[in-house]
Amino acid sequence: MEAIVDFALLAGLAAWAVAIVRLRSLFGAAMLFGIYSLHCALIFVVLDAVDVAFTEAAVGAGISTVLILGTLAITGIKLEVRHTRALIPLLITGTIGAALIYASVDMPLVGDPNAPANLHIVPDYIEGSATEIGIPNVVTSVLASYRGYDTLGEVTVIFTAGVGVLCLLGRGKPKRSRKPRG
Amino acid sequence: MTTIGLFNYWIVFVLMMSGLYIVIVSTNLIKKIIGLNIFQTSVFILYISIGKVSGGTAPILVDGITLYSNPLPHVLILTAIVVGVATTALGLAIVVRIHSAFNSIDEEEIYTTSD
Repeated sequence: MEAIVDFALLAGLAAWAVAIVRLRSLFGAAMLFGIYSLHCALIFVVLDAVDVAFTEAAVGAGISTVLILGTLAITGIKLEVRHTRALIPLLITGTIGAALIYASVDMPLVGDPNAPANLHIVPDYIEGSATEIGIPNVVTSVLASYRGYDTLGEVTVIFTAGVGVLCLLGRGKPKRSRKPRG
Repeated sequence: MTTIGLFNYWIVFVLMMSGLYIVIVSTNLIKKIIGLNIFQTSVFILYISIGKVSGGTAPILVDGITLYSNPLPHVLILTAIVVGVATTALGLAIVVRIHSAFNSIDEEEIYTTSD
């Protein structure tokens, strides 16, 4: 049953992606991207990543879509103009995609409990979350404690991006606009 | 059900290539950023798929359950989602600046006007 849900959701996601590729309306593409992100969140729930689903629904589907819509409102451009021939890019992406699928045959099956990724340090984290840290949510204890430096780095990146956005939009006033900040 | 097989990875590659295709073909800068975001989400799904354990549950400790999915990819992807939004915001800010300088967000038009 879980597999059927997984197949159906992933197939739907691929359909959204193809729809975004084909759509020429930028507003439509932005809204479809919001739907696509929410659909991603559903898949994360099926794959047991509830924290990631929560973040994707709030940040990916919410803030990203608002930022794109804000930029569309400032630029006021509605339709994408197509210039290039699509044949060579199609060939390139097709070749890379085929190579990746060929390479994926060697990967461990999805859900394999003995895959190398699931064996190394993760059992220690799950055990230590109860005994060493005392938080039932393992993701929280890894994020804030075992890998706290990663989170510090993340905050640095967000700060840098925020400073960058302010430097870009703070001085020369763009026409009839208010800055869309992240 | 024992395993989902490799189907997750194949869909991830389809999404990845859709994103790359948009980035190559589209000359519109906002569409390019949407393409980059699609590429990015495909990587998220790849990581989360690697961390899935069949029959496991979400990594929140509850009495009586011993099998949990791998929490480490979840942590990495939580970080990646937030960083992704920060980079998207920066990219869109650059688009706004380009628009105020060239009055266009189409690459071809910008090339022809800047000559």
